[in-house]
Amino acid sequence: MKFSRLLGPLYYILLAVFLYLPIVFLIIFSFNDSILLALPLEGFTMKWYRAVFQTPELLTAVSNTIWVAFASSLISTVIGGMMAIVTVRYSFRGRKLFSSIATFPMVIPYLVLGIALLLFFNALGIPLNLWTVTIGHVVINLPYAMLIVGARLSDFPAHLEEASMDLGATYWMTLKNITIPIITPALLSAFLSSFTTSFDEFALTFFLTGTENTLPIYIYSQLRFPARLPLAITVASMVIVASSILILISEWLRTVGQVKRSIY
Amino acid sequence: MNTKKRLLALISLPSVWLLVFFIIPFSMMALFSFRDNSFGPLFPPTLKHYQAFFASKNYLRMLAESSWIAFLTALISILLAYPLAYFLIFRGGKHRLMLLSLLIIPAWTSYLLRILAWKVMLGSGGIINSILIQFGWISERIPLILYSRSAVIITLVYIWIPYAALPIFSSLERIEPHLFDASSDLGANPWRTFFNVTLPLSIPGIAAAFFFVFIPTLGEWVTPALVGGVDGIMYGNLIQNQFLRGLNWPLGIVMSLVLMVIVSIFTILLYRFISIRDMSSIA
Amino acid sequence: MAQYSVVLENVRKVFDDDVQREDFAAVDGISINIEKGEFFTMLGPSGCGKTTTLRLIAGFAEPTEGRVIIDGMDATSLPPYKRPVHTVFQNYALFPHMTVAQNIAYGLKIAGISRDERESRVKDALRMVQLGDLGNRKPAQLSGGQQQRVALARALVNKPAVLLLDEPLGALDLKLRKDMQWELKKLQQLTGITFIYVTHDQEEALTMSDRVAVLSDGKIVQIGTPHEIYSYPKTYFVADFIGESNFIKAQITHSDSDGMTANFANQNYRFTCAVETQQIEGDTALLAIRPEQLVLYQDPKKCKSDWCIPARVSANIFIGSDERVEVALADGQKLRLLLRSSEKNQVGSYQEGDDVFIGIHCTDIRIFNQ
Repeated sequence: MKFSRLLGPLYYILLAVFLYLPIVFLIIFSFNDSILLALPLEGFTMKWYRAVFQTPELLTAVSNTIWVAFASSLISTVIGGMMAIVTVRYSFRGRKLFSSIATFPMVIPYLVLGIALLLFFNALGIPLNLWTVTIGHVVINLPYAMLIVGARLSDFPAHLEEASMDLGATYWMTLKNITIPIITPALLSAFLSSFTTSFDEFALTFFLTGTENTLPIYIYSQLRFPARLPLAITVASMVIVASSILILISEWLRTVGQVKRSIY
Repeated sequence: MNTKKRLLALISLPSVWLLVFFIIPFSMMALFSFRDNSFGPLFPPTLKHYQAFFASKNYLRMLAESSWIAFLTALISILLAYPLAYFLIFRGGKHRLMLLSLLIIPAWTSYLLRILAWKVMLGSGGIINSILIQFGWISERIPLILYSRSAVIITLVYIWIPYAALPIFSSLERIEPHLFDASSDLGANPWRTFFNVTLPLSIPGIAAAFFFVFIPTLGEWVTPALVGGVDGIMYGNLIQNQFLRGLNWPLGIVMSLVLMVIVSIFTILLYRFISIRDMSSIA
Repeated sequence: MAQYSVVLENVRKVFDDDVQREDFAAVDGISINIEKGEFFTMLGPSGCGKTTTLRLIAGFAEPTEGRVIIDGMDATSLPPYKRPVHTVFQNYALFPHMTVAQNIAYGLKIAGISRDERESRVKDALRMVQLGDLGNRKPAQLSGGQQQRVALARALVNKPAVLLLDEPLGALDLKLRKDMQWELKKLQQLTGITFIYVTHDQEEALTMSDRVAVLSDGKIVQIGTPHEIYSYPKTYFVADFIGESNFIKAQITHSDSDGMTANFANQNYRFTCAVETQQIEGDTALLAIRPEQLVLYQDPKKCKSDWCIPARVSANIFIGSDERVEVALADGQKLRLLLRSSEKNQVGSYQEGDDVFIGIHCTDIRIFNQ
């Protein structure tokens, strides 16, 4: 009888190990004093971390990535927020259609999305650059932003907004003073979620990148040089740790919003 | 009237966006599939790329094999994720959501980087080989783990297990707790309660998990590119080739459209199973 | 043959994972012997431990101490699926993915009963709860009252030795609830199954039960027939919880072998009978008397009761067949009366401010500690 009680936790731990092991390896080898990514470990070193900051292309790629992530997240959150308000608070003919089209990108393989946008930019003569990448990221993140904000909106009743307008505020004042403060945790969560997705995005970005790299594109380009692998791994470790923290904050914000709900 | 104006104000920007950066590009795609070659004129339209696609055994076979890989990946991911979700819901206590999040966070942080990690681990210069040699289980490095179809499936499963666990977790969580008491009360031991009550009621979650893994994996190309080698190539790589080296964009588009049709069929099936509200909890 | 249907021997259930309290005994030493074929109700306010006790009998929880004996067999460590006991849940717990008929047949299928017999028994069960043609519907398509009856049928079709009911009528509206109380009582008498019923509604308990156990804070305060509980409450809690009571605060000024004297409303009143009482500590006590036991007189000479207490009308509500009158005594204490229109009291004629006399019979008084 007792053994079956242990099965659950054991399975969880096994799975946790399986899921975290590769990441742990990356981090371990980022401190390893060897060009070879193999055992035995050679010794502790910070040289790869130093090298990260001494490689200009890498640093440029990072700043490009941050810029793209920020811009695309901002746009996604704003447009996604609008879409959320429209689909949750209004009923109109074609709402279902609008909603379906808006969420459709979620189920389209990034490969296909990338190709479609590539064709589009190519046909219009727009050169591939960080802007095209940004647009691609918005297309991917928009549905999620809409759903995150939409979930929060549908959790709190519309009559708060109605009460505000009943008391004399215009709709836009209501939006500013009531609606937006309430959905702010969701907006932040959508933003952070888009940010982390964009930061790591590769499959789609591949088709929309011009001469300026994002970090994943840069890392990919280095993979054919075994000597550059430790550098790539070190950067990867840093990105994973930083993203994890951002995700934790984003999730915490999403639940903070839900706890506040009890006031209503 | 005011409501209409507000609606218009709010919906105009998103609509323009969707039109310009989503509907138009895809319409273009459909149009360009009839283009003669990558950069020539649009007229006259031609079916030759469609013919080339359906005539070739290779493309169709690769599509079928990729579907099989996607199916296996989804199946294995669900088989591994279900016990996890089950354990967390029934034994996880107050912290079960947090415990689940702990496993999902690595999934969310990176995609390319985790594939990279597996590439490192599986390679002949890699860790798994090192460990095996260290312990004396093999005398020489085996290159065969990396650059194979198995490597692709292992890596994909690794990527997808957390995403498969979420919808299953959600649907198990939704089951009214008293139903288990009721089943037990009526004479069913824990196994029978599982097969008669728990499993049937978690089917929406299982279906969602299946589609969430299967559909994107159909178009997967990054993982095969990194760890698949020659053996593990998937349909997505063939498409990508048309845009890289083949420079036969219309053919690539045709191949993408075929993929889209298959994806759409499964997506429609997906929407029959779960609602948008469910999806938001998964997002 | 076991003598009793269910026996609880000194059962205690302690929960130790409560956030703020260290140890919380939801059930604190309960012993009951429930007869076969009895309609037994556990009554009490929320948190008194009645539902926990029920779950201990069903097997959804194990007692920290004590034993649970069902039909003579020690069932304390038995899981629910091994006990000859079935439960009707508060929110019905019908399987949403099965039809009504499949729900009802569930227990039979588990027990391996043949399909033909299952079908016929399900049909009988549906008829018994008057849901004859709804077998193919899903629970979501039924009303609350119909769902409740399915839950009942699902449990009864297995012919359990004991049926447990956890506030099954709580979610129904008033009229439906009253109708179902009758139905349940008839069903119990028809099938002869021991019913163990849990509720916080004392009217419900008094209507349906053979015996009632009043619980508070995990302990049994009193067990008895509805009449015993109502007319002879043993503690202030029971007197207050069951029905309505007036409580007069009084000083016991004199107590000897001849009797007692109570002082309240600036007067001494002597008891002319031997009164049902708790052990009185100190000299203040509560005299409990029910509104319908008080008699109202306008002319003191007509007062035939043991005590005639002067009072002034402070409020009255006329409801048609009844009138509720509130009066204030000389020391400010208020009493509520229930007057029936068929009595000699003239109903509808009492105004606020009227001086009246309240008649109390000695044998109606119950005395409790404060």
